[in-house]
Amino acid sequence: MAVNLPIYLDNNATTRTDPRVLEAMLPYFCEDFGNAASRNHPFGWRAEAAVEKAREQVALALGASAKEIVFTSGATESDNLAIKGAAEMYKDKGRHIITCATEHKAVLDTCKYLEETGYTMTYLKPDRFGVVSAEQVAQAITDQTILITLMAANNEIGTIHPIAQIGQLAKARGIIFHTDATQAFCKIPLNVEQMGIDLLSLSGHKIYGPKGVGALYVRRRSPRVRLAIQMHGGGHENGRRSGTLNVPGVVGLGAAAQIGSAEMDAEGRRLGQLRDYLQRALEKELDHVVVNGHPTSRLPNTLNISFAYVEGESLMMKVKDIAVSSGSACTSASLEPSFVLKAIGVSDELAHGSIRFSLGRFTTQEEIDYAAEHVIRAVRQLRELSPLYETAREQGGNGEANLPPLPCKGRSEETERAKGF
Amino acid sequence: MPYSNKLLDHFNNPRNVGSLDKNAPDVGTGVVGAPECGDVMKLQIRVDESGVITDAKFKTFGCGSAIAASSLATEWLKGRTVDQATGLKNTAIAQELSLPPVKIHCSVLAEDAVKAAIADWKRKRGGNGEEDRKV
Repeated sequence: MAVNLPIYLDNNATTRTDPRVLEAMLPYFCEDFGNAASRNHPFGWRAEAAVEKAREQVALALGASAKEIVFTSGATESDNLAIKGAAEMYKDKGRHIITCATEHKAVLDTCKYLEETGYTMTYLKPDRFGVVSAEQVAQAITDQTILITLMAANNEIGTIHPIAQIGQLAKARGIIFHTDATQAFCKIPLNVEQMGIDLLSLSGHKIYGPKGVGALYVRRRSPRVRLAIQMHGGGHENGRRSGTLNVPGVVGLGAAAQIGSAEMDAEGRRLGQLRDYLQRALEKELDHVVVNGHPTSRLPNTLNISFAYVEGESLMMKVKDIAVSSGSACTSASLEPSFVLKAIGVSDELAHGSIRFSLGRFTTQEEIDYAAEHVIRAVRQLRELSPLYETAREQGGNGEANLPPLPCKGRSEETERAKGF
Repeated sequence: MPYSNKLLDHFNNPRNVGSLDKNAPDVGTGVVGAPECGDVMKLQIRVDESGVITDAKFKTFGCGSAIAASSLATEWLKGRTVDQATGLKNTAIAQELSLPPVKIHCSVLAEDAVKAAIADWKRKRGGNGEEDRKV
């Protein structure tokens, strides 16, 4: 079977909207277009009914009740609302927050902001697989700790945190526990009751739903979690998040959550097999490759792999028909290699040569065959070009290129030099 | 990525890939950059008696722009005199490849590699030259 190019293997960045989701959304643009907050006519009632159905769908996927779901514009907003909202609400109890170094920037930058406003942060260092343990969290807790925020699974390497253990610990110590489940939702089982989760962020566009819509789960009993309002306005979402609801988006999120949780087990197995097949193919045909992240406690769709002696951006250019991501500095706005890989101890050199393959619902075996074949060929071609690979082979392939360690040249300075010409 | 056709051509069909014997007296070798920075260039020139560069080879670990910049540099070096090559400027490479601002450092690295190769050759010639005169 022929494959359609380009192939999309960047599903941790975003996903294609499932046609079933789109179908559920369509009536809410031109027909049932009402404002869900309009209480006095059928247009509003129908919109409100659709929103409440979606709220049930999202709640069901988490083992929560509908009243505990607050719709937002996405996981970044959910993270902001959860962290700033809890920090502000409970500041009289204490001002210490625990998180980890490999969180998404939506969490890290929010924590940094709070640090500037008088809170104390502990950024736990994960192990070499990217895991933060419940013991580490326990040791970091002080009598000032009001919030623990740890992602359920990492977006770059797919490593899954022991959320249930950390949730139980937080419960026992009376500390609010927030998890950014943007990547984990609908990929691995999540249950807010069983896992002791008090706040949970999720997003529509990572689960084959639309962009620009997300949700925050906010526990209502044992304990009832209260959040300081971050978005003031018309008192929507029971005053927890003002702003006219994105009704088609919310409907899409609900449909995506329902489909995603119903198909999670079968889809997880399918993707896990395809991902492992890809990993084995690359490991079999290429030497000096390193898988980043946990070998088993990892999202079934994610493969983050470093090809030594090859730089990630050039590899992506060679396989331009395959859409992936890289931890290389050359692909980031900051010109720094991935901070996640750095935090788990991957050398800068290997971080530059890292590629993240993230498979999805529409990924086929044929696409994976194509990707494996072309990536293998591209890595070989680039290694023929690589002075590091040449050196490594001359030295018997011990993996270490014998070059003097030099500080990286200031790139901005060089840019200035060129401008001045 | 808004890369020019010229850059993509050098990236997809790199010129003068390979290595010269770094111990040969008429070969100059320049290695610049560092693996942890994401780019290392090795550029080599072979220079004849009259100071003309007869061959140039490169190997580069780095992004597409770094590979293209070193490929272009080797193309320009061939047939030039060492004096001409000394005047090669990174801005000329950047302009030729229409490098975006964040990739200017790739052209700087190529210029540095050329200079390092020339310096290596000159160092060797210094030694050989005296011996030649004695003969």
